[in-house]
Amino acid sequence: MGWLVAAIIVWFLGRQINARLARRPASRATGLAGPVIFGVTVIVIWECLVHGLEISPILLPPPSQIAVTFAGSLPTLWRDFVQTVIKGALTGYIIGCGAAFLLAVAIDRFPFLQRGLLPVASFMAALPIIGLAPILVMWFGFDWQSKAAVVVVMVFFPMLVNTVEGLNDTGPMQRDLMRTYAAGYWKTLLKLRLPAAMPFIFNGLKIATTLALIGAIVAEFFGSPTKGMGFRISISVGQLAMDLVWAEIVVAAIAGSAFYGGIALLEKALTFWHPSQRSRA
Amino acid sequence: MRNVLPILTIILMILAVWYAAAIMLNAPWAHDKAKRAGVELSQLDLVADTWSQQKPKLPVPHQVAAEIWDTTGAMVLKGRGFSKRSLIYHSWVTFSATILGFALGTALGIALAVGIVFNRTMDLSVMPWVIASQTVPIIAIAPMIIVVLNAVGISGLLPKAMISMYLSFFPVVVGMVKGLRSPDAMQLDQMRTWNASPAQTFWRLRLPSSMPYLFASLKVGIAASLVGAIVGELPTGAVAGLGARLLAGSYYGQTVQIWSALLTAAALAALMVGVIALVQRVTLKRMGLV
Amino acid sequence: MSEPVISANNLSLTFETNDGPVHALKDVNLDVHKGDFVSFIGPSGCGKTTFLRVMADLEQQTAGTITVNGVTPEEARRQRAYGYVFQAAGLYPWRTIGGNIRLPLEIMGYSRAEQEQRTADVLDLVELAGFEKKYPWQLSGGMQQRASIARALAFDADILLMDEPFGALDEIVRDHLNEQLLQLWDRTGKTICFVTHSIPEAVYLSTRIVVMSPRPGRIADIIESPLPRHRPLDIRDSPEFIEISHRVRDGLRAGHGDD
Repeated sequence: MGWLVAAIIVWFLGRQINARLARRPASRATGLAGPVIFGVTVIVIWECLVHGLEISPILLPPPSQIAVTFAGSLPTLWRDFVQTVIKGALTGYIIGCGAAFLLAVAIDRFPFLQRGLLPVASFMAALPIIGLAPILVMWFGFDWQSKAAVVVVMVFFPMLVNTVEGLNDTGPMQRDLMRTYAAGYWKTLLKLRLPAAMPFIFNGLKIATTLALIGAIVAEFFGSPTKGMGFRISISVGQLAMDLVWAEIVVAAIAGSAFYGGIALLEKALTFWHPSQRSRA
Repeated sequence: MRNVLPILTIILMILAVWYAAAIMLNAPWAHDKAKRAGVELSQLDLVADTWSQQKPKLPVPHQVAAEIWDTTGAMVLKGRGFSKRSLIYHSWVTFSATILGFALGTALGIALAVGIVFNRTMDLSVMPWVIASQTVPIIAIAPMIIVVLNAVGISGLLPKAMISMYLSFFPVVVGMVKGLRSPDAMQLDQMRTWNASPAQTFWRLRLPSSMPYLFASLKVGIAASLVGAIVGELPTGAVAGLGARLLAGSYYGQTVQIWSALLTAAALAALMVGVIALVQRVTLKRMGLV
Repeated sequence: MSEPVISANNLSLTFETNDGPVHALKDVNLDVHKGDFVSFIGPSGCGKTTFLRVMADLEQQTAGTITVNGVTPEEARRQRAYGYVFQAAGLYPWRTIGGNIRLPLEIMGYSRAEQEQRTADVLDLVELAGFEKKYPWQLSGGMQQRASIARALAFDADILLMDEPFGALDEIVRDHLNEQLLQLWDRTGKTICFVTHSIPEAVYLSTRIVVMSPRPGRIADIIESPLPRHRPLDIRDSPEFIEISHRVRDGLRAGHGDD
C-alpha cells in the first residue's frame, strides 16, 4: 500500500515540476530538465508499482534489480556489445553506407538509370528486408560476418535513396552559376552538389544507425555463436531471466543513442549552414 | 510514365545479376554432385543444374515464382486456398497482426501528437523521449513482449500486434507533431484575429494541414508494422505467419521456401504501401495540397 | 471630435533577444478616428507591422496603453471588432473561395442562411461574384488577395487592419486593387489601417500618412492628406500628390539620418 501511495505522490510531484517548468521561458536548462525529470519520474513509479502491485519479476523486474544485474554482468554485456555492435553493426554500417554512397555517385552520371533506380530503391527501402537474415546467416555462417551482411542490405537502400535525392537537390540557378564558371562535372560535384547533398546524406546516415542495430540484433535470432546481444536476449527470455534481458536492452539503448548522437554531432559540425540546423541554435 | 523504361531497365539488371549470382553460388554443389556421380559437366549442364537445384544456396526467380504459385494459386484451384500449407493462409495471419498493430499504433500516435502539440508540459517532457526511443532498437524487446504476454495468458494475434503497434507508432507521432505544427505563424494569427477556440483551430486548420505529413508517416508506419509482425513471429516457435515460414525454412535449409515467404512479404508490403499511397493521392488532390 | 477608434498613448514594445533588447516601438502616440484611412510607412524594422499587430492583440505592448473601440485590443479581438488582412492571401487550398470566406463566419457561429447571404455580399463587394465554387489555386494572385479581403470583410467589423496586403503583387495589379480598395472604403465607411512600404500607394490611399523610423521604432511625422475623398488614378500626376510624396520622402530621410 505504501508503495502505491509513493507512486501517486511521485507522479504528482513530477507532473507539478514539469508543469511549472513548461510555464518558464524555454531555455537550454528547461529543455534538459524537463525530459530528465520525466524519465526519473517514470523509473521511480515503475519501481513503486512493481513492489506495490507485487508484479512477478519474471513479468517486469524493478529498475533497481535491472541495475544490480547490469553492474553484476558487465563482462558478459561487454562481450555481447563488442560482438553485436562493434563487429556486426558497425562493420556492416560502414560497408553498407559506403557502398550506397559510391553507387549513388557512380550512377549520377547516367540520369536514365538514376530515374529507374530511385523508385526501385525507395520500394526496396520499404520492404521487410530483415527477412533476408536467415538466408544471409546460411551464406556467411553464424559469426558476426553474417550479421554485418544483414546490416549492409538493411542500410543500403535508405542511404542510396537519400544520397541520390541529395545530389539532385541543387537549384537550376546554382547549377547555371557553375556553368558560367565553366566548371566541369567533377568540379560541380565536389564544389556544389556534394555539399548541398550533405543534409540528405546525414538523414540517410541517421536512419541507418537504428536499422544497423536492429539488423545486427535480429539476425542473431537466426543463429549465432554463444555471444551477442540478440543471442543473450533470446536465451535469457527462454530462461525467464528478465533482468538480464532488460540489462541488454539498456545496453542497446545506450549504444543506439550514442551512435545516433555521434552522427548528429558530426552533422551539426558539417552542415551548420543548413536552415534545419540554424533554427535550433 | 516516363520512368517506366528506366525502372524496367533496372529490374532487368537486377534479374540478370540474380541469375548470374545463382550460377556462382550454386556451382560448387553442382560440381560436387557431378564428381560423385562421375560425370563431366558441360557449361550448359552447369547452368541448367544451378538453376534447378532442390536446396540451392540461391534459388533463381523462376523457382521462387513456381513455389509461390504452388502454395497460392494452385492451392486455390484445388480448393484448399486456406490450408496450413498455403502462403495465403500465412500471409493472412501476418497481415491481420500487421493491420491490428498498425491501427492501434496510428491511433496512439495521433493521440500522443495532439497531446504534445496542445500541452507544453507534454511537449517538454515526452517529446525528447519519443525521439530518443527512435534511436533505440526497440525490436530487441520483441521476444520478451511475446513471452511476457504469453505468461499473463495473452497469446495469438495480440502480442504480435503489440510489437507492430510499437514500431508503427513512432513515425506517426513524429510526423503528426510536425504536421499539426505545419500551419505557419500567419495562418495561426489569422485564427487568433477571429478569436477562434483551440478546438476550432484544430479541426479547421491544424488537422487539414497535417494530412500530407500523416500520409507520409502512415506509409513508413505500415512498413514498420509489417516488420514488427514478422519479427514477432520469429521467437515463439510460432507455427503460422510469414515469419514462422522464414524460420522453419531456415531450420530445414529450405531456401526456396524462405525466398517465397520473403517475396510474399515484399508483395504484401508493396500492396499495403500502395493502397495508402493511392488514398493519399486521392485525398490530397481533393484537398488541393498537391 | 468624436471618440477615437484607436488610441495609443506612449506605447512601447521591447523584444528581448539574445543580442539584447530591441525597441520595436518607443513612445508612440496616435489617434485614429472613425472613417480614417491611415497608412503606416517606413523602412523595415521601423515597427509599422508591430504596431498593427499590437492593435490586433497579436503582440502585447511592454509599456503605455492602447484602446481599440474604447476597450483593450484583447477585448476588441473577442468582440471581433476588426478584420485583418495579411501579406499573403493565406487561403486554404482545400476550401473553395466561398468556403474560405465562410470560414470566419463558421467560427463565429453565424447561421447557415446568414453565411450564404454575407458570402454572396462580400464577393460582390470585391467583384468576385461567380468565383464562389472555384478553388484558390485556380485564381490569380490578385484575385486571391481580393478573396482574402472579402474574408476580412465578411463579418462586417468596423475596422480593417491591412499588413502590406499588396506587397507581393505586380505594379499593374496593385494599381487596380488600390482603386478598388478606395471605392470599397468609400462605400462602407470603414476605418482602415494600412501598412505599406510604397510611397505612391500610401499617398494615393490615405487620409493620413504616418511616417515611421527605426531603432527605436517611432513616429517621425504624421501627414494629413488634402486630397479629396474621391480619387481617380490620375490624381497621382497632380501637384498636390507630388508635394505630399515629397513630404513623405523627407520624413523617411530624416528618420534615416543616423545611418
